[in-house]
Amino acid sequence: MVERVCMLAGKIMLVSGAETYRVEDTMNRIANSFGAPNAQSYATPTAINFAIDADSEAKMLRIRKRSTADLSKIAEVNSISRKIAAGEIDLGRAFLLLQEVEKGKLYPAWLQILASAIVSGCFAIMFGGRWEDFLPAVIAGGIGFAGMISFERFVDIRFLAEFLGAFLIGISSLLFIHYGFGTSLDLVIIGAVMPLVPGLLITNAIRDLMAGHLVAGVSKGVEASLTAVAIGAGIAAIFTFM
Amino acid sequence: MLMISAQLVTSFIASAGFGIIFNVPKRSIIQSGLVGMLGWICYYSLTTYGLDVVPATIFGAVLVSILSYTCAKIYKTPIIIFTVSGIIPLVPGGVAYRAMRQFVENNYDLAIQLSAQVMLLAGGIAIGLMFSEVVNQIVKKVFIRKD
Repeated sequence: MVERVCMLAGKIMLVSGAETYRVEDTMNRIANSFGAPNAQSYATPTAINFAIDADSEAKMLRIRKRSTADLSKIAEVNSISRKIAAGEIDLGRAFLLLQEVEKGKLYPAWLQILASAIVSGCFAIMFGGRWEDFLPAVIAGGIGFAGMISFERFVDIRFLAEFLGAFLIGISSLLFIHYGFGTSLDLVIIGAVMPLVPGLLITNAIRDLMAGHLVAGVSKGVEASLTAVAIGAGIAAIFTFM
Repeated sequence: MLMISAQLVTSFIASAGFGIIFNVPKRSIIQSGLVGMLGWICYYSLTTYGLDVVPATIFGAVLVSILSYTCAKIYKTPIIIFTVSGIIPLVPGGVAYRAMRQFVENNYDLAIQLSAQVMLLAGGIAIGLMFSEVVNQIVKKVFIRKD
């Protein structure tokens, strides 16, 4: 049962985009508080291994699909693990609480699209755009993000969805500028692309590498660069038509 | 002055908006917006006073990581919640875009130069993020020795 609680906690964190070393650390802490000081855990972005003791059988869990970033689940698992360490909740209660966390929902899609639209406009201003560029960036960013998440529902290839999102941003910005809506094509595109930037992967890659978790750090770094290439290719596709 | 206040407002909204995209818990959105805003203002004012973008990015990232570390300790949440949205404004999206555009337009000389700058800026962010970890470990070791 301790194993199941640890594995579930690890799985939720890994799927939601926590740093790999934090996943291992949390699993070990939980095991430790339930009287298994020698627990061994090894997590990579695609699988979790856990053994309750150094010479006992290891359990393995394959992570097939990582959802989009969900930092609030990470925070919730973290606070549950703190409560376990403080002895406030027992094993069964912890398992129930974790199962509830796993069901937790993201912010609704319309709110995410709205947020990314406004973020796009703000970035266009931050990178030196004029206020005339604000609205085109807002609309292009919203279209791009909405395109990305709706395409992701049909096709499981993340990079393709990001490519499509960037492509939509490119087309709409080009049309806006062509019809005199906004002044600078570059700034509208840069602003609108920012919500697609793999910020979580970049931070995770750095933090995992620092923690000496080389396998996870390198693979997340590669994933981040592939995402960047996908976005770049989506935008580049526009310029070939120009 | 008007420029700075526009930058303050937009960077706050941008970082907080990223909090929503990354599904940050509701009670941490304001804090992550503030972390991002202060990091960006540090970067922005350093570059307006003529500092090169790479050191400015390092200073911005150092500030972001110190603030995130403080927030994580105060609110007892994982530090990543604050660093992620704080670091986003410093990501060299603009330079990467220009590099890519030069590649597409067959200006390879300029494209390579810009790509090298992107690598340097990414390295700068990494150094900045590392900084707070280093301070954190030193502080911990010193305190443990005192005990």
